Amino acid sequence: MLKVNNLKIYYKTPLGFVKAVDGVSFEVKKGEIFGIAGESGCGKSTLVNSLVLRKPPMVHMGGEAILDGKNIMTLNEKEYRKIRYTKLSIIPQYSLNALNPTKRIKEIVRDLAKEHGYKDREEIENKLRERLKMVGLSEQVANMYPIELSGGMKQRAVMVVSTLLDPKLLIADEITSALDVTNQRIILELLYSFIKEEKIVDSIIFITHDMGLLDKIADRIMIMYAGKVVEIGPTEKIINEPAHPYTQMLLNSLPRLGISYREIKLQEIPGEPPALLKPPSGCRLHPRCPYAMQICKEEPDMIKIGRNHFVACHMYRG
Amino acid sequence: MGEIISLHVTCIGGEIVKNAILQVKNLTKVFKTGFIKGFEIRAVDNVNFTINRGEIVSLIGESGSGKTTIGKLILRLLTPTSGQILFRGQDVSKLKGVNLKAYYQNVQGVFQDPFSSVNPLYKVDHLFDIIFTNLLTDADRERQNTLIEGALRSVKLNPKNVLGKYPHQLSGGQLQRVLLARALILRPELLIADEIVSMLDASVRIGVLNLLGEFRNKYGMSVLFITHDLSLGYYISDKAIIMYRGTIVEMGDIKKVFHNPLHPYTQMLLQSVPDLNVKWELKRRIKPEKEEKGIYAIDGCRYAPRCPKKMEICQKKRPELLEVEKDHWVACYIVQ
Repeated sequence: MLKVNNLKIYYKTPLGFVKAVDGVSFEVKKGEIFGIAGESGCGKSTLVNSLVLRKPPMVHMGGEAILDGKNIMTLNEKEYRKIRYTKLSIIPQYSLNALNPTKRIKEIVRDLAKEHGYKDREEIENKLRERLKMVGLSEQVANMYPIELSGGMKQRAVMVVSTLLDPKLLIADEITSALDVTNQRIILELLYSFIKEEKIVDSIIFITHDMGLLDKIADRIMIMYAGKVVEIGPTEKIINEPAHPYTQMLLNSLPRLGISYREIKLQEIPGEPPALLKPPSGCRLHPRCPYAMQICKEEPDMIKIGRNHFVACHMYRG
Repeated sequence: MGEIISLHVTCIGGEIVKNAILQVKNLTKVFKTGFIKGFEIRAVDNVNFTINRGEIVSLIGESGSGKTTIGKLILRLLTPTSGQILFRGQDVSKLKGVNLKAYYQNVQGVFQDPFSSVNPLYKVDHLFDIIFTNLLTDADRERQNTLIEGALRSVKLNPKNVLGKYPHQLSGGQLQRVLLARALILRPELLIADEIVSMLDASVRIGVLNLLGEFRNKYGMSVLFITHDLSLGYYISDKAIIMYRGTIVEMGDIKKVFHNPLHPYTQMLLQSVPDLNVKWELKRRIKPEKEEKGIYAIDGCRYAPRCPKKMEICQKKRPELLEVEKDHWVACYIVQ
């Protein structure tokens, strides 16, 4: 479906390049929900935004992203417009504010359809109403302005608009982080039904910093740290047998129901993520890693440690 | 000022409440919108609870539940429409002059977005000035510096890395700790912590929560921890208050509320926590909210329109919050 090879996306600043995504490779298969997790500033949003829209100061420094046999890193703006919403669609972070506040939902959709050459206005609006019902909103919402909807409802409306033209790959970037738990669960169940039941989309990339959510929805998880991939594997392996020290620390810092401060004190990850203007050499975690060795100042390779399970850490060298 | 601090046992209506620091009684806040044909939003509707000394209380609810409004009312950033807030037995809304200053020494607030809580044009050091010009006026320069450095160290920051910098040069986690340090310099008896970790990364969150626990253990500080995250609330708190649309639906001992939730709303909330120990069936059984008007005007239980177990009476008369077992209060006809 999507194959990303050694992708490098930097930000150009007066002080030099910020290496936000630095040599990232992964693959998203058809029919799967692929999760990406990491702290803020690890490059997860930059990575997916670069797939959809690159604008300065974001610079493509190397590598490729092949979607349906085509390298989308070399497309020009006109070719890009064609694939957005039809092959590849993103529900961005802060998508709660992504809808134009001066237009009704159906007007937003009308513009979108026109852009992609849909002639039949009736048809697309019927589809809109049908989809609104599918996500538990009433048809009336088509005639409403975004401001008339609550956070959870707006998020569902954005999901409908983003997937109206049946994109093959849907990218969901932190779409639940502004919502409370019940709305979170509702959105997660909808995404799941989009791919597994309704078959509106073929694959989903789900980005979050909440490992608990990935545990519930993702088939595979990729963990990023400071612009690099540190571990990729099947969800139950990443959650239950995390291999990379960073993944382990991330999971250990996660509160679970039943763990209380008075009984067990959880530990935060010591230190701060590095500035990506001048990232540490080798494994970028080594200044914070409790197991750091001399060799960690050299770049670790991706090592296969199980079925579909890869880790970039010197501890696992054969 | 001395009088307020020395009152450790408060006498209310003849009944002695030991160690109650803050009491909220029949608190109501109504916002009116519109000019001519306006309507009312009863954001906080007849709310009662108590915070004891050294207790961390989680105020849990989704957006629109009124949890932030309660925090603002306690900090006097809003005035209640009716009802009372008593701090050590004194009505907070009546405080003036010296007593009001004393109140702000004892009750401090920290909020969700650290960057919008500070003036970006001033260095971080300036944040502390306000405390020394208004509240701790008798500290000289040297004492001020010792206090600042001590406070920064107590929140696990190195003063050298923070002082002399502008807010944008710090990460969200660092700035939130600076704001926490500022609040803690005063050794407040009660901290209102409104979603203080929700903008922070998962890895940093626990550190900030542990600080709250540490200060409670060391100085007997009480915390009203306002959050929408149930696992964070469970981790740090002794007591939970669950709110829905301006009303308390369930409250009590954290273990009792979380391990034996009795209100259908609490039950649904707990089902929705993406906990690593449970597997979910993604079957779309939870009913999403519909676009509905006038939810704040409902006479009965405000959760009734979404409740799977609603009865006829639920829509007519609001159930009272009653103690169903020791330290466990529920407002629902099913259990009453």
